[in-house]
Amino acid sequence: MAADTILSVENIEVVYNKTIQVLRGLSLAVERGKVVTLLGSNGAGKSTTLKAISSLLSLEDGAVTAGSIAFDGRPVSADTPHGLVRRGLFHVMEGRRIFEDLTVEENLTAATFALSGRGVKPTSFDLVYGYFPRLFERRTARAGYLSGGEQQMLAIGRALIAQPKLILLDEPSLGLSPILVEEIFGIIARINRETGVSMLLVEQNAAVAFAVAHYGYIMETGKIVLDGPTERLVNDQDVREFYLGMSGGEGARSYRDVKHYKRRKRWLS
Amino acid sequence: MSDLLFFVEVSLAGLGSGALLSLTALAFVLIYKATRVINLAVGEILMMGGYFFLAFAAGWGLSPWLAIPAAIAGGALIGAVVERGIIRRMLGESPISVFMVTVGLGSVLVGIVELVWGTDPRTLPDFMGTAPVFIGEAYVSRKIAISFAVAGLVIAVFLALFRFWRGGVALRATATDQAAAYSCGINVPGVFSLAWTIGCGTAAGAGVLLGSIGGIAPTMGAFGLSALVVVIVGGLDSVAGALVAGLAIGLVEAWTGTYLGGEYKLVFTFGILILMLMIRPYGLFGTKEIERL
Repeated sequence: MAADTILSVENIEVVYNKTIQVLRGLSLAVERGKVVTLLGSNGAGKSTTLKAISSLLSLEDGAVTAGSIAFDGRPVSADTPHGLVRRGLFHVMEGRRIFEDLTVEENLTAATFALSGRGVKPTSFDLVYGYFPRLFERRTARAGYLSGGEQQMLAIGRALIAQPKLILLDEPSLGLSPILVEEIFGIIARINRETGVSMLLVEQNAAVAFAVAHYGYIMETGKIVLDGPTERLVNDQDVREFYLGMSGGEGARSYRDVKHYKRRKRWLS
Repeated sequence: MSDLLFFVEVSLAGLGSGALLSLTALAFVLIYKATRVINLAVGEILMMGGYFFLAFAAGWGLSPWLAIPAAIAGGALIGAVVERGIIRRMLGESPISVFMVTVGLGSVLVGIVELVWGTDPRTLPDFMGTAPVFIGEAYVSRKIAISFAVAGLVIAVFLALFRFWRGGVALRATATDQAAAYSCGINVPGVFSLAWTIGCGTAAGAGVLLGSIGGIAPTMGAFGLSALVVVIVGGLDSVAGALVAGLAIGLVEAWTGTYLGGEYKLVFTFGILILMLMIRPYGLFGTKEIERL
């Protein structure tokens, strides 16, 4: 493991309800300061991977049964879920999960608990409002009444308040219009550039994820099937066909010609 | 004129017992707000508060001013132990199972009290004096006046805490979404513990006040049911609702009890409950769920 690795996941297996195995020997690593994306279709186990990292699995009766996860040089199992947040690992969960009954400001206040016991200066809410001016306009509104895009901004804003070293982002594009997706991913890239925070980004929308990520992993049914720097992945023929909807050179193919059963994925030897 | 005076006196007494209802309702609200659990044992914790006070003040001969905090601490301790030992293990279970556990807990507490102190009603050592208080010409029992003042003060403190203290935000965040609260660095088990400890301590304190007015008995946990009506009318997660609904129910009980007869009290109280559930199921001040379509 290189010294500048902030997160390393090695051969983890995750089982829900003691019966259903979701992850089978998954490994990945995030380098400090980099954006790494984890792609996969529905049910591949992307969100489960993130919950395993942030120790939120136990809330859903899941458990890591094998392998190890180390964040910033220490196993995540050594900390409570909130202790992990206070150590600098912030999980922006799927579906935004803002506190609907609280105002925008109170949502940000809730995130200040991530700074407890760290001896750092409290983050000014202006940092969040700087990235997301729209949240400032709506700071006294109840968060449940925000639009989907604003809620996603608030979810990312809470992460900023926590001054994390690594942000786990679970499908920030979920349920948003293409124009909003572009806006939010632009801001995600800016946050990474300006604050140097590392990110592990889970997405189904491969095109936008590749636009911000430095490195990518592709997972299917519980394990990594392909990984590499973004430039290499976007030129990989399988990735282009199955994740970006293109086939070599001739542009988008007619739907009639897509007979994916004819062409087996190369990695499924 | 004397009719009016009588009405004022009855109303004042109603406000006094209403304040005690509010205080007990506060215990329900605190625990529900943080953990989304309706703790049906609040009435029995209140009873334990009364018996703890009896044990400390009459049994050990402590001064009442020591026995009161000791009784509150005893109730708080029960809350902390129950939360740690039972409720935390049930994190993620369906609310109905947790609710049933608290029903069982109530019965266990009644059993313990009957084993230790017997089933006879007892009176608590007097510590408030008996000289009546007059507001204008209206007479108010001193105990009821003091209870009213104490309950009002405690509720005001909690209202302020929820508005201005950061921990209030943590508590409401935990109630809304446990996983998201964890992800913000909030110590969720700590919030649970705190809510149960403070909630049960409040109930025990209310028990001391209630017991010193009307005496204590293993059946006094039924007071918790009236308080449950109060929280449902006021809104399960609203401190202000507990205050307003507590005073209102107290007044209604006093008026119906005096003018119609004691047997009408429960009919009216629970009639209000049913009416409330039909027209505003989330209570006067409760949070209406936000539905996104």
